[in-house]
Amino acid sequence: MPTVTLTVNGRSVTADVDARTLLVQMLRENLHLTGTHVGCDTSQCGACVVHVDGKAVKSCTTFAVQCQGTEVVTIEGLAQDGKLHPMQEAFREHHGLQCGFCTPGMIMAAVDIVNRKGAVDEATIREELEGNICRCTGYHNIVKAVEAGAQAMTGKAPARQAAE
Amino acid sequence: MTVTALGAAVRRKEDHRFITGKGQYTDDINRPGQAHAYFLRSPHAHATLKKIDIAKAKAMPGVVAIYTGDDVAADKVGGLICGWMIHSKDGTPMRAGPHPILAQGKVRYVGDHVAVVIADTLSQAKDAAEAILVDYGVLPANADTAKAQSGPEVHVEAPNNTVYDWHIGDKAATEAAFKAAKHVTTLEIVNNRLVPNAMEPRAAVGEYDSGNDALTLYTTSQNPHVARLVLSAFIGIAPEHKLRVVAPDVGGGFGSKIFIYAEETVCVWAARKCGRPVKWTADRTEEFLCVAHGRDHVTRAELATDAEGKITGLRVKTIANMGAYLSTFASSVPTYLYATLLSGQYAIPAIYAEVDAVYTNTSPVDAYRGAGRPEATFVVERLVEAAAREIGMDPAAFRRRNFITKFPHQTPVIMMYDCGDYKASLVKAMEMADVKGFGKRRREAAKRGKLRGLGYSTYIEACGIAPSQAVGSLGAGVGLWESAEVRVNPVGTVEVLTGSHSHGQGHETTFAQLVSSRLGISIDNVSIVHGDTDKVQFGMGTYGSRSGAVGMSAISKALDKIEAKAKKVASHVLEAAEADIDFKDGKFTVKGTDKSVDFGTVALNAYIAHKFNPQELEPGLKEGSFYDPTNFTFPAGCHICEIEVDQETGVATIAKWTAVDDFGNVINPMIVEGQVHGGIAQGVGQALLEGAIYNKDGQLVTASFMDYAMPRAHDLPSFDVGMTVTPCPSNPLGIKGCGEAGAIAAPAAVINALTDALGTEEVPMPATPQALWTVIQKQSRAAIAAE
Repeated sequence: MPTVTLTVNGRSVTADVDARTLLVQMLRENLHLTGTHVGCDTSQCGACVVHVDGKAVKSCTTFAVQCQGTEVVTIEGLAQDGKLHPMQEAFREHHGLQCGFCTPGMIMAAVDIVNRKGAVDEATIREELEGNICRCTGYHNIVKAVEAGAQAMTGKAPARQAAE
Repeated sequence: MTVTALGAAVRRKEDHRFITGKGQYTDDINRPGQAHAYFLRSPHAHATLKKIDIAKAKAMPGVVAIYTGDDVAADKVGGLICGWMIHSKDGTPMRAGPHPILAQGKVRYVGDHVAVVIADTLSQAKDAAEAILVDYGVLPANADTAKAQSGPEVHVEAPNNTVYDWHIGDKAATEAAFKAAKHVTTLEIVNNRLVPNAMEPRAAVGEYDSGNDALTLYTTSQNPHVARLVLSAFIGIAPEHKLRVVAPDVGGGFGSKIFIYAEETVCVWAARKCGRPVKWTADRTEEFLCVAHGRDHVTRAELATDAEGKITGLRVKTIANMGAYLSTFASSVPTYLYATLLSGQYAIPAIYAEVDAVYTNTSPVDAYRGAGRPEATFVVERLVEAAAREIGMDPAAFRRRNFITKFPHQTPVIMMYDCGDYKASLVKAMEMADVKGFGKRRREAAKRGKLRGLGYSTYIEACGIAPSQAVGSLGAGVGLWESAEVRVNPVGTVEVLTGSHSHGQGHETTFAQLVSSRLGISIDNVSIVHGDTDKVQFGMGTYGSRSGAVGMSAISKALDKIEAKAKKVASHVLEAAEADIDFKDGKFTVKGTDKSVDFGTVALNAYIAHKFNPQELEPGLKEGSFYDPTNFTFPAGCHICEIEVDQETGVATIAKWTAVDDFGNVINPMIVEGQVHGGIAQGVGQALLEGAIYNKDGQLVTASFMDYAMPRAHDLPSFDVGMTVTPCPSNPLGIKGCGEAGAIAAPAAVINALTDALGTEEVPMPATPQALWTVIQKQSRAAIAAE
């Protein structure tokens, strides 16, 4: 059984895992970080999005062994020193969640969008959220939350950014 | 201390745990010694089970147990039930086949449960399941709703695959209305089959405590008490006092988590049998295959009008697909939740509806957001729009001519509408949508090669289900009241135990708002307890937009009792007569004086009991209520969709969405608007994107998010949402309910906009680019042929 060592939310962790263990399984089952969710089995819904070395990945489609030596941040590690991340604040303030199941992946994806694109406008956000499905909100308030979160993170007004 | 008023858009108390990853859903629960269940499912839609050989699989690594239908039968585990009795026209009861939790002798749909493998790990369970040898005798499948009654027999108990042929209304009066009609509008309607797809897949953990001979089921449920009742009284898992059902955070439901399913039942049954906690979590494809689907009606609908454009009659014949087995409330959906709403917002003197419910070799079909009412609204609103066009009237003017304007209004199909102002919501929506400027926008779109259309949906629904005696007389097996218990602690903080159960609706906030405003305490000093049968005594759960109208009414009634008792305590503290005590803004005051005491002090005195004689007044401050509503509630409103179709590609883009809803009094407008947004998205999904497709062999060809088009952010616009208010006279808070309105209103608004844009009534759902492109091509060929 391979041994994997990686940093999760700033803490170094080592686990013996089956070679077929997915990153999301290691996070949820070995490390008991159950904030990262599994909503599908085809890499479509994005409930499992975490950051690996600063980039958003779908942890349901990443083997744990691929993450050897990486720096992983999950929803549990986003708030710093007890202070919510601006994107978390924005989701609460703008009612960007209902049942909360897609929310961790949505927030992690949203932070990544802003890291890549800066202050984004509605059209850009809607295109960029292509890989995250929410069944509750109709996206209306998620889009508002991401726009506000982006403004809080960058200090800039929303603008149209080129699609990728 | 801040008191939170009713009507304030206060931010949600539950959000902190969800945005920090601390929510606790069923799959987050792991019990010591837990084993994992994996279900071997039928790959065939219809087959006899000739032989199941588990010998090799049982010897595989990590396997704890393998059970089949034979084990279920040997243990005398009861089958799953349908809790609503419908009678056919001739008075005979519906014909339901048995619904075992593991198949016995026959499988009836792809995904039907052949065996369960329980192993130390899920991987081991999956590996062992592959080693089970099943000899299937494959039979022809019956997977077409319209032809189901002449297709292969699904259950021997139901000749012609007909569960019931039911009707409602006055047939003779309706026929007379059609005979005398100046104009008759006829539509053939297919209401497409949908998969609810809550983002959290269903999951369960069953656990047996041998020391106390007691079972616990953790599960994804909208109504844990109903689950316990059914598991106890009908399936025979354990008596109620020996069975605890816990539904922790629930990640969306939309109806699909009301029902009692095979997998959850197996987990709790198997936990005792194999002596280990048993966990199962659906993967998404299992969810597609085995969750109860929604809609799936084939309907012929007709509307009769007179020379003045008044509706004189409505006639409907519907075939409703029940799937392979009757799910928990399946029978009520195409009958009392559907045909009773066929009067819409209109004064229609004569209505007659016939509904045949049919078995097919497909997943069971049951309530999905709106449940029957979206199907009814689609029929009525498509008919009304088409009729207006055919007789050359403006669709809004035609609606206004036929609106019900006097309340209460008795329809010909049971419902007594208690209040409403349909003109007000239509007028407001037309203003917000700038209907006057539509012609200009349409001409401008034409210059860009786009066909632009505008469609209305003036919907009505029956919510707040429901008066127990009324639904009992219609066949319901349960009462539909709700319970609440308000516990005031000695320091004046409050716990509310409610039988409602949130799966995203924000009860922890809105229910606390009610308590805050009534008792004058901070919202932070109120907590809401739900979802655990060991904590809350009983409840009917959350569905049918009932938690505000019924669940909060129960809390309101319990608060009345709290206030009455607290006044007695306050009278002793203030040394005044009880009749002289006023309670306002969290303060008890002796009338006409400045002598007062706050709520917290009264709570403390209720518990220390020093100032009154406990033989005359019991210590403590805790009250409960069971509230049974006096009527359904009738949310209604007007949605207007403006849409553009690209003639070259058939791609439809929603240009503008306007919703004006009348939900009665609103507790938290932020949450209510969120419900509207989500409902519209599901309704637009039905109209433009979603459709569960079974091929002729009964294979579900849309069984993943790769194949079934879920609405994504770029498929939808932002919505323009407004409200009108006629307070509901049928409950103490004047609430009507808001959870389903969007999903009920939206499909008709979209299709009415598309049919307006394309100039033909023949637009199917889902109106995918391919479907619309085909309609456009057909029209241009017809136009060329006509020249």
